[in-house]
Amino acid sequence: MSRATATDLVYLIAIVGFIFALVGLSSPKHARRGNQLGALGMLLAVAWTFSLPAVYSNTRNLVLIVIAVALGAAIGVPAARLVKMTAMPQMVAIFNGVGGGAAALVSVTEFIALGHGSIAVYKICEILFGVLVGSVSFAGSAVAFAKLQELMTGRPITYPAQQPINAALGLAILVLIVVTIVTANTAVLVVVLLLSLVLGIVFVLPVGGADTPVLISLLNAFTGLAVAASGFTLNSNLLIVAGTLVGASGTLLTRLMSTAMGRSLPNILFSAFGSVITATGGTEADGRSVRSGTPQDIGVLLAYARKVAIVPGYGLAVAQGQHAARELADALEARGVKVFYAIHPVAGRMPGHMNVLLAEANVPYDELEEMDQANGELPTTDVALVVGANDTVNPAAENTPGSPIYGMPIIHANEAANVVVMKRSMRPGFAGIDNELLFDTKTTMLFGDAKDTLVKLVAAVKSA
Amino acid sequence: MIASLASPGLMGFITIFVLAAFVGYEVISKVPSILHTPLMSGSNAIHGIILVGTMLVLGQAHGIAQLVLGFLAVVLATLNVVGGFVVTDRMLEMFKAKPQERSATSDTANPPSAPGAQDHRTTK
Repeated sequence: MSRATATDLVYLIAIVGFIFALVGLSSPKHARRGNQLGALGMLLAVAWTFSLPAVYSNTRNLVLIVIAVALGAAIGVPAARLVKMTAMPQMVAIFNGVGGGAAALVSVTEFIALGHGSIAVYKICEILFGVLVGSVSFAGSAVAFAKLQELMTGRPITYPAQQPINAALGLAILVLIVVTIVTANTAVLVVVLLLSLVLGIVFVLPVGGADTPVLISLLNAFTGLAVAASGFTLNSNLLIVAGTLVGASGTLLTRLMSTAMGRSLPNILFSAFGSVITATGGTEADGRSVRSGTPQDIGVLLAYARKVAIVPGYGLAVAQGQHAARELADALEARGVKVFYAIHPVAGRMPGHMNVLLAEANVPYDELEEMDQANGELPTTDVALVVGANDTVNPAAENTPGSPIYGMPIIHANEAANVVVMKRSMRPGFAGIDNELLFDTKTTMLFGDAKDTLVKLVAAVKSA
Repeated sequence: MIASLASPGLMGFITIFVLAAFVGYEVISKVPSILHTPLMSGSNAIHGIILVGTMLVLGQAHGIAQLVLGFLAVVLATLNVVGGFVVTDRMLEMFKAKPQERSATSDTANPPSAPGAQDHRTTK
């Protein structure tokens, strides 16, 4: 068997590993094994690549490769291991972004290596596609990271003449792409790269913080396509197939995610354009008062309830209060109170994020109820304890057309006999809008850090 | 000009591209919403395969510009691969906790990096 055939065979095995990884990741039972199969395929492909003359023939370059891989691993592994579970979404964003950046750099480097003038037109087109999409993914992911890490506001960012400016930017890139194809000039390609970075930024700015996960999924698909384009440039089946797999499955996943949020993708991406979002209820809410209680009051209310729903949100996770929440549930169950957790599909910062966080605290699966099931139970629930959730219980999603979250399915916490909202302050949630629920006559506010307050509630319930 | 638009090998790659697109679309037809995040993260790791491309490019690089860009590309691609797989594995690790493991001893099953684990013992 020639070396080329052997290489094709090893890469084929890696591809099969990736396909099994995607299949496995779509079912809870085989998810972890699926991911491990994918990692195995990756390890195989990378290890084999080191045995190719193209990689080892130049010793200086081989040393550089080894250093670069070691450097990447030395940064990536600790970063991925040490990041808190609450910060996972932005880690996914940044690891996606660097992939897009790598694809763009491969395309540029290959362009320089192929030399001027003699490059076939289709080659230039592949390279331009890789540069454009890879750069958009890189810059877009960086902005998404900044939004989720709260380095910048999570609100949609709009500015005057946003659409004309973006259109001009798009047009400029288009013209430069044509110029690159005609002249095969490296300097022009670099300008395309820079403008694509800007395009990535302006693409993400108007997307609201709560919609960022869907956006990351879309950028993930973009990176896949950029990798596929690099595969065309380098004549590599492996890159074409793996990149396309991610591009296609990522596109489908993006649609599934936006459906789970009750939004259409164009609505998520472009709804902020041209309309400065009016903070519905924002001004009228200022004059109204809310009722607040002490942990002792609420502890008694909970202890003598028959059925309690815990509605967890990102605030719970930030305060690392999952364990305290479970203790509260245990204390209540010890008194014969029925407790269940009402989980919104996008509670936390990503679909399924809250399930991961609660599983970390060993909350039993059978107490986690998905939104539809929970909404069926809430009308007969005595107390809905909203811990650090906000947008996912905001009635504005159902009764305020024009609200940024209008149309998103919500947990009907307001249908319980009593509502207790635990929050640090009256600050609006991630979507940046006021919550009518806080002003409901059934609602009692319990201000403070979610974990501290939960610990006090456990004590109050035990002594009640 | 027309002759340079395509090469004999190109059609083969396009065929593979189209078929892979269908496979990618079909393999994840039904995903429960709790797995949306891990699946996104897992497929994120898979496009880290660009690492193989970056290695080939840096291996053949000549001149300072190619070397610098290629080096940077390998670093970024490696970050994508290791970060993607490790983050996904950590997420999925959380799902394996069994419902019956509710005693205090089950806390030791938490990874050492889980910051909540110690808190739990002290507040108990």
